[in-house]
Amino acid sequence: MSLLNLQLKVWRQNQGQPGHFQEIQARGIPDHASFLEMMDIVNERLIKDGSDPVAFDHDCREGICGMCSMTINGIPHGPEKATTTCQLHMRKFRDGDTIWIEPFRARAFPVIKDLIVDRGAFDRIQQAGGYVTVRTGAAPDANSILVGKEVADAAMDAAACIGCGACVAACKNASAMLFVSAKAGQLNSLPQGQPEKDRRTLGMVRQMDKEGFGNCTNQYECEAACPKEISVRWITKMNRDYAIASAKEAFVGTTERTEGGE
Amino acid sequence: MSAVFDSLSRFYASSIGKKILVALTGAALVVFVLGHMIGNLLVFAGPDAINEYGHLLQTALHGGGVWIARLGLLAAVGIHIIATIQLTRQNRAARLDRYGKEASQVSSKSSRTMIWSGLTILAFIIYHLLHFTVRVGNEYNSAAYKTTLHGEEVHNVYKMVIDGFSWAPASIFYVIAMLLLSSHLSHGVSSLFQTLGLATHRTEPLFKKLGHAFALLIVVGNCSIPLAILVFGYGR
Repeated sequence: MSLLNLQLKVWRQNQGQPGHFQEIQARGIPDHASFLEMMDIVNERLIKDGSDPVAFDHDCREGICGMCSMTINGIPHGPEKATTTCQLHMRKFRDGDTIWIEPFRARAFPVIKDLIVDRGAFDRIQQAGGYVTVRTGAAPDANSILVGKEVADAAMDAAACIGCGACVAACKNASAMLFVSAKAGQLNSLPQGQPEKDRRTLGMVRQMDKEGFGNCTNQYECEAACPKEISVRWITKMNRDYAIASAKEAFVGTTERTEGGE
Repeated sequence: MSAVFDSLSRFYASSIGKKILVALTGAALVVFVLGHMIGNLLVFAGPDAINEYGHLLQTALHGGGVWIARLGLLAAVGIHIIATIQLTRQNRAARLDRYGKEASQVSSKSSRTMIWSGLTILAFIIYHLLHFTVRVGNEYNSAAYKTTLHGEEVHNVYKMVIDGFSWAPASIFYVIAMLLLSSHLSHGVSSLFQTLGLATHRTEPLFKKLGHAFALLIVVGNCSIPLAILVFGYGR
């Protein structure tokens, strides 16, 4: 084990106030500490010195909950591919490195404190259609609808999204398209999701627009930053699904109305 | 009827709706850029070839064809520019606090400068129309630029092109504009397949190569005309 001496530039901000970078010396950091453990060590020392510790989000620390965030040297979740901040280890850095640590920056993700942002916009997008209304009942009922292996695998790839928001943070325009397309695409691919496909696509995209995210410019920084390697092909599918749903809404009307009318 | 228009205005107001319009108008402009280049390369086939081509465009559908094309292109350019400016403003507003340390992993420089390459191309289009279509600040509308072809008096496109590009500043601006157009196309062509929902795991690498090849073809084809005239003295 070797020890690292690092120069941190950490974003400090209180809700509703302008923020700034604070320079913090992180000395004697074990190289097999995780990034969050490094932050814990730094905070212990800040608390001991009587200063305000750095606020950051974390929960499971095993890369599956989507709680940890942080933009590290300009890349959400740091430099390692397909890895969350909690699974990033200090051995990826060199002694003497300067590390920039910033929140996931987007107008739709307001800073609560320091590195903690409010990702409630994602919850509201989910509530706008990211579910199947039908009661699936017990296991035998769910199994009565056959799902092809390829379809199930593809839906599972989209379902791997942990909703961390790295796609928004990495996007040059703070667009949420990768998240929304994974959540909508997962259900839109499955037979259980078909009845509400159009309503779901329109609802989720409209809520996404309302939250003040930017627009996709097909640069794919989101895919590169995603800790779960969600493919931008889900965005292709959402573009297609949205065009079809909009056309149906404009020229045919909603399903309920056509079925309800005598 | 108004229900349809409500839905269409809602479609335009949405992020994906505007992007689809940008992609569709972009596709129309891509086709125009290719056709325009092929037509202009007729300058290398000699005066009669390009003069006949110019005369054909001017007289198609009793002179209405060229106006249909112009109005169509004006609409495409207008929608393309208005929608992208609106989208870009929203994109800027979506991240008010910039990163202290900016990093890019996979995005190309072309993709990050689309609005600037695009607006420069707009400035070029205005100059280009004043130069060769409206012909202000030059003598290209005068009797010196008329010639006879098959016993008919037609505009001498050949002489206009040769004289136009014999002036170095114009040729240099054309070449710079074509380099920016090529940068714009290198991201735009493959991007339109993604926005229209047509890219798949299999086809995306092909679309990307196609976009780069198309951008290269346009820059080489279009720059060959001013360079041949100015540097190699073609037709002078």
